[in-house]
Amino acid sequence: MNEKELLTKAVENGNRNDAQCLTRVLLEQGLAPLEIVEQALMPAMAVVGEKFKTGEIFVPEMLIAARAMKEAMVLLEPLMTKAGIKPKYTAVIGTVQGDLHDIGKNLVAMMWKGANFGVVDLGVNVPPDRFVAAVKEHNPHLIGLSALLTTTMPAMRTTVAAVRQAGFTSVKILIGGAPISEEFAREIGADGYSPDAGSAVDGAKKLLAN
Amino acid sequence: MSRYTTLAISEPNELRFGLAPKPLTTRHGMQIGGGTVYPELNFTLPPILVNAQTMPEIQRHYRQIITGALQRAVELECHGLVVEFETLPPMTENPVWGVDLAKILVDAMGEANAKHGLKSVLRMTPNDTREMERPPRMRTGQLWEAMLKTFEGAAAAGAELLSIESVGGKEVHDEALMIGDVRQVIFALCVMGTRDMRFLWTELGQIAQRHGVHCAGDTACGFGNTAMVMAEQRMIPRVFAAVVRAISAVRTLACYECGSVGPGKDCGYENPILKAITGFPMAMEGKTAACAHLSPLGNIAAATCDTWSNESVQNIKLLGGMAPTCYLEQLIYDCRLMNEALADGRDAALMYRNWMVRSDAARDPQAFVLTPENSIAIARSIVCAPNDFAAGKAAALTAISLLREGQRAGAVKIAAREQPWLDTMEEAVGSLPTTESEFINQMMGVVDTTKFVARDYGLAG
Ligand code: B12
Repeated sequence: MNEKELLTKAVENGNRNDAQCLTRVLLEQGLAPLEIVEQALMPAMAVVGEKFKTGEIFVPEMLIAARAMKEAMVLLEPLMTKAGIKPKYTAVIGTVQGDLHDIGKNLVAMMWKGANFGVVDLGVNVPPDRFVAAVKEHNPHLIGLSALLTTTMPAMRTTVAAVRQAGFTSVKILIGGAPISEEFAREIGADGYSPDAGSAVDGAKKLLAN
Repeated sequence: MSRYTTLAISEPNELRFGLAPKPLTTRHGMQIGGGTVYPELNFTLPPILVNAQTMPEIQRHYRQIITGALQRAVELECHGLVVEFETLPPMTENPVWGVDLAKILVDAMGEANAKHGLKSVLRMTPNDTREMERPPRMRTGQLWEAMLKTFEGAAAAGAELLSIESVGGKEVHDEALMIGDVRQVIFALCVMGTRDMRFLWTELGQIAQRHGVHCAGDTACGFGNTAMVMAEQRMIPRVFAAVVRAISAVRTLACYECGSVGPGKDCGYENPILKAITGFPMAMEGKTAACAHLSPLGNIAAATCDTWSNESVQNIKLLGGMAPTCYLEQLIYDCRLMNEALADGRDAALMYRNWMVRSDAARDPQAFVLTPENSIAIARSIVCAPNDFAAGKAAALTAISLLREGQRAGAVKIAAREQPWLDTMEEAVGSLPTTESEFINQMMGVVDTTKFVARDYGLAG
């Protein structure tokens, strides 16, 4: 196994020290930060994500891998920022106004981070104008909206409308939460719906590919 | 406040549906836990914004819900009905809205009693809006004041049972579930949670006393059921959720130590453990609450219930009628069957109870820890402990060892990939310090202290 493969294994196994150490070695060998991300870290998270999807591991175990990846990113991020390299996709996510349920939203954010999206998490009870302000500030490719209450589903509709009215017509909007459905997404002018965190990465990528 | 040091029910065959050592009699003369199981109906709105403009339409919804439900209850000769009104956040933030809706329900219930002799009682469950602010202010502020006003107004309007799904400790618990850390679970439930419960339920006790109504009880919904739903989605191990359930009983127990008398809140699946400790009647929900969330506890939940609930259903039209009416019908038939078994005597009721227990217990660790035998074992470990922290540890270790023994005996199925989690949890609990103050010191360095106001929990920040 070469160092790149070892780094992939270290992240997969959630081995934080090795992850950082090997990242350092690879940088010293002259590998570009983006290459390390794309050729070592992302494949690791892809394996971990797949294991989670097939039920081989649980969220806490996936988080251990995510933390190992974070250790590597601590070294890589400043270099990439300096070189002007951004993650391929940026997403803004939040639970809509009036709604405090956040575990589902947190899990989706975590999966997106694992897929190397830049994720801005606005938290819970987020009014439409805060979404609009965040879109202005971060210029994301994707917005994720979460609602768990039937009485906050209308807030999803107003949020979508506010974003569109503010002139952001191309940013993709993906929505989710227990009472949400594909039809509801269509009805309020969102671009898509994903039923769970496992499918939220594929769901997002599908929208972004179009 | 008094600590429970003994069990009200220590014999598994005495822990069963419809009978509680300390039943509760309502104004209409329902005896909850006195030998009859009553249906408990809960309902919510279809997609609609809650504000001043929509309030007339929302009132029409609640009027329609209660009229339809009461009419069906009369037609099916229901012997008594608990109606639960769980408010939605804007109704608690604007107490007038919540209280006016409660009045609509109480008035209709009074009318059905006068006209048809239908007995009923209203449980008022304002939602815990304190967490609308982050970090939440648990003991002061506008949200707290408005929440108390909602309780006060509803009690004055005739809501006889006060409940809440309180959230103290959740700031830390959510993260604990995500990372699967049982130490943080114990800190959230048995240090933060119990401290908040004692404060909150002492306040609620004063409101109840002023209006001659009852503190019914709380639930660890935001803890145990979050874990259950996550386990159901295969996010966390079922054995982990089962252990969280056992620990959560320590938190919910605090409301009974502060004067609650039941029936405990429906979504508290820890209620069998609490019934064994306190002897108070308990609401439960299971198969007939699939409208609200899925669970692996459909039948076993009914084994020890005193009221039987559907948790929540939207007021939408189904083929049979409006959904709340349809669900009430199901609840009434469930209760008829249980009451028929009770009428046939102890042996018949026990046989039916055992069927309900056996049909679920072996299939899921979360069901297994709630069999009457296991509930009592966990309850015993809690009352034998000198304080909340020790009780949390004891409940966890008892649940873990019950699961191990159960698996060895072939009494419960545990997936191979969940196996290592029993060891991990046992080691984590086993390595905890002996005193609560040492534990608090340790954990304040581990948990994210920006997420909560330590002072509001009586903890030094
Ligand atoms: C746990 C829980 C709580 C916890 C929340 C803990 C937290 N930090 O989030 C607490 C106790 C605080 C709570 C409070 C309340 N709750 Co609640 N709660 C639940 C429960 C049982 C589970 C939710 C959960 O965490 N699931 C686990 C996660 C992993 O699943 P998930 O949220 O569905 O998310 C997944 C998918 O939906 C999807 N997804 C979610 N968001 C997004 C976003 C995007 C972009 C994508 C792609 C996907 C996606 O991916 C996620 C991961 O797989 C549900 C029951 C249910 N059927 O959902 C009720 C439920 C949603 N709650 C309900 C109610 C009524 C309330 C309260 C009003 C109760 C009260 N009276 O106090 C308050 C409201 C507070 C508020 N303003 O929001 C009702 C809603 C009824 C209605 N009218 O709609 C429900 C259905 C239960 C019931 N009574 O029937 N609740």
